[in-house]
Amino acid sequence: MSFIEAEKTWYPEGVTRCGLGKFLGWLAILGAFLAFGAVAAFFIFFFGIGVTGMDNYFGFGLWITFDLAVIALGAGAFFTGLLRYIIRIDELKDIINLAVIIGFICYSGAMLILTMDIGQPLRAWFGYWHPNVHSMLTEVIFCITCYLMVLIIEFVPLVLEQKQLNKIPFLHHLAHNFHVVMPLFAGIGAFLSTFHQGSLGGMYGVLFGRPYAFREGFFIWPWTFFLFVLSAIASGPCMTVLVCALVEKATGRKLTTYRVKSLMAKIGGTMLLIYMVMKYLDTWAWITGVLPKAGLTFDQMFYGLIYGKWLMFIEQVVCILIPVIFLLVPALRRRPAFMYWACILNCLGIVINRYVFTVQTIAFPVMPFDTWMTYAPNWAEWGPTLMILAYGGVVMSLAYRYLPVFPQEVRLNK
Amino acid sequence: MSAAHIEFKTKWGLVVDIDKCTGCGACMVACQTENNVSPMEDASNKLRTLTWMLVYELKNGKPFPEAEVAYLPRPCMQCGNPSCVPVCPVVATDKNEDGGIVSQIYPRCIGCRYCMAACPYHARYFGWFDPVWPEGMEKAITPFASTRPRGVVEKCSFCHHRWNQAKDAARVAGKDPDNLPDGAYVPACVEICPTGAMAFGDLNNPKHKVYELSKSPYAFRLLERLGTDPQVYYMTKRDWVRRQGDNYLPNEKA
Repeated sequence: MSFIEAEKTWYPEGVTRCGLGKFLGWLAILGAFLAFGAVAAFFIFFFGIGVTGMDNYFGFGLWITFDLAVIALGAGAFFTGLLRYIIRIDELKDIINLAVIIGFICYSGAMLILTMDIGQPLRAWFGYWHPNVHSMLTEVIFCITCYLMVLIIEFVPLVLEQKQLNKIPFLHHLAHNFHVVMPLFAGIGAFLSTFHQGSLGGMYGVLFGRPYAFREGFFIWPWTFFLFVLSAIASGPCMTVLVCALVEKATGRKLTTYRVKSLMAKIGGTMLLIYMVMKYLDTWAWITGVLPKAGLTFDQMFYGLIYGKWLMFIEQVVCILIPVIFLLVPALRRRPAFMYWACILNCLGIVINRYVFTVQTIAFPVMPFDTWMTYAPNWAEWGPTLMILAYGGVVMSLAYRYLPVFPQEVRLNK
Repeated sequence: MSAAHIEFKTKWGLVVDIDKCTGCGACMVACQTENNVSPMEDASNKLRTLTWMLVYELKNGKPFPEAEVAYLPRPCMQCGNPSCVPVCPVVATDKNEDGGIVSQIYPRCIGCRYCMAACPYHARYFGWFDPVWPEGMEKAITPFASTRPRGVVEKCSFCHHRWNQAKDAARVAGKDPDNLPDGAYVPACVEICPTGAMAFGDLNNPKHKVYELSKSPYAFRLLERLGTDPQVYYMTKRDWVRRQGDNYLPNEKA
């Protein structure tokens, strides 16, 4: 049997896939981005992160924005896991595998970026060895690393279910036993994720020297803690729907029913509604409480086009209010155009939110005699960022081709 | 490490008379030399330079002939309630020693730059590249302040090593190292200031000049209303300068 024939026996049972040449061509395109990122990574590790566009005013930039965004968008994994295994919404079994893969890509990608982002990567373990229990970032380091392990545990049984691997009795039984204990890991994942999603928001909310981000809160948690959890579980399911639709578009095959996607979108929309109420209250409290207390006005928080009010309008009206309506009115959600656009807006809004909290927070000149500064990432930051996106593409492509990701695929393509 | 406010018996403080500062920049140069800051090959991007002490130019915004300028030297404020300390994930910066100087432990810092995002004074700097001294200049490196590798955050320490030296000198002279006389310990910036615009000492010690100066009706601190409680004070008799020391709503008085 030729290699091309043998490769076909690796596909999941009963499905068809594109030719190997076409698939390798696609991987080569992604490989070009990976290579570009690898070159940038080499420069970063060899010469230091001075090769990036960051500076002493913008110690956080594209990478931190990217990390926070993908971690929020990857929240579909833990939230869907929670709903599927703990709350037992059985229908979600048809999309949970995809949610786990997206979560794995997002979290492992964020970790890879962080190895470049910190100035002393070899000291990354200090977060465990010399932890400062008062720092939100310590909690983030703990939970993200632990949760990545949970995601790997959730991903492993799917890999073991690959047709050829599953023929090996040991791996077959191992996969089965993983499934048996999966509710436990879904629970651990939900716990870890809730805390680090929150702590990522808490990271900004505690910055009492930065009025743009500072928030009052409950006990040790600033309001941003809860807002970041809510926005993550609002956008995560929608991101899963979008990736599913994207893979369907790219492969030309139906992978899940519209009903399942619609359910995910409805869950995301419901969370977005709760988030919307909280976010509007928070914004009101910020304008009328935090800012005047610091001697600042709402208008002072914005500058020019790049840090303009339009961003806030897009984030909080176009990307929250509109998707809430589209996702929660059944007649609208039934129409694909409305549902997909709502999902896109939802995810975009969360990305803008993470961007303004990361960049606008530090761009605002707190000292009255200081001036607004602007920041633009350069090739050394875009390179690794694109590399991670390409890495996600590779993992997703391989998973789709060889793993039984979509239980409904065979039935839907008969 | 604690976010709680700790009061120390000795509280080293700096008082800068803005009305006496000419903006000459000698304090910046003295600081860089004293603390072994390597010269940069290209220092044209001022957002990349390592200026633990930085002189800001303040303007009253009026046209000639009412135009006025003032200069404000900005070291680390050594805040009583530092925004940087509680956020550091690895306890690389702390405020746990008598004197109230916010420490920075270079071999501990992982370079995450969260403290830089937290500090509203921009007092924290990052080593973007390896420090390199041109041939011959490495002979000017002193053994007193440790050099830093790239990839860590660094900042003003009120020339902490000079405090250690002052305490050693007191011990040798048979005096109390915990009760130094005024002027026994001053940072390099204060020592070099040609106009005497800066005074340094123990803010809790009535025998030190800064004790009185910090209580002057002309004294204020930067961004006081954020609650950082800095140990650096500024003085001015000019209202417009004073008003730039903090953010005020249009209906508020400085």
